[in-house]
Amino acid sequence: MSEESLQEFSLQLLRSGNRAEIARLVDAHSTKIYRLALKMLANPQDAEDVLQNTFLKAMQALPSFEGRSSLSTWLYRIAANEALMTIRRQKPEVEITLQGNDEYDEELPLTQFADWCCLPEAELMSSEAKRHLDKAIHQLPEKLRMVFILRDIEGLSIYETSEALDLTETAVKTRLLRARLKLRESLSVYYGERLDTEKI
Amino acid sequence: MKEDINCGAFLESISDYVDGISGDALCKEIERHMADCEDCRVVVDTLKKTIYLYHETSVKTTIPIDVRERLFHRLDLDDFIKKETLP
Repeated sequence: MSEESLQEFSLQLLRSGNRAEIARLVDAHSTKIYRLALKMLANPQDAEDVLQNTFLKAMQALPSFEGRSSLSTWLYRIAANEALMTIRRQKPEVEITLQGNDEYDEELPLTQFADWCCLPEAELMSSEAKRHLDKAIHQLPEKLRMVFILRDIEGLSIYETSEALDLTETAVKTRLLRARLKLRESLSVYYGERLDTEKI
Repeated sequence: MKEDINCGAFLESISDYVDGISGDALCKEIERHMADCEDCRVVVDTLKKTIYLYHETSVKTTIPIDVRERLFHRLDLDDFIKKETLP
């Protein structure tokens, strides 16, 4: 990932528990991990717990980190699992696994064809619009939401997302397509109404 | 949306297309299809905008100062709280 290539870390220092190097690692990645947790859980306290647990677990595991994936991907993997464990605790009745079947019976969602791209930026990014963006993403099933956050918000590649979530690249692409189309549908309903209001 | 098989195939390829990773041949085919199919053009444009809006509104979120301080405290890194650890 580009940020990590700019920000190199000494694995030797990290493995040996060098606190200054660990502090650098935490500062380089804490915003990304916090953002992932906040987007997954929509609750600042839960996001903070995930953030702390992610780095606590990472510090414990650093001496045995083999470097097969990048540090960034490895941290995302820990954080993704922490976030899912939090959801499982809150919704024990719902079975949530990142892995598992990706057989979707329903058709790809496509019913909205309003062209709302021309709306002014101020309207597209108003406080009310942002609340709708948050609402829409939280209506996604967890496993679709996680893929969308890593790929489209955090900017991981398909390969990095598959590494972080222990999925095949095909599964990542399948989930990403569904997540994107579901969000586009929801936003099209919302912005389509604003478009109609503008025309009146 | 025009009722032909191209719309279905188009939808399956739309992610690769907006990511710019569909091959040249498929890319040209998709663009030819969009020139004839207004609905599919709108789907592509609004999909790109959807991704853009989520990215733009999210990347501005940074870790709050008090959250960072509690994190450093929890990790027993209190002596680095006030220091700039990154260039």
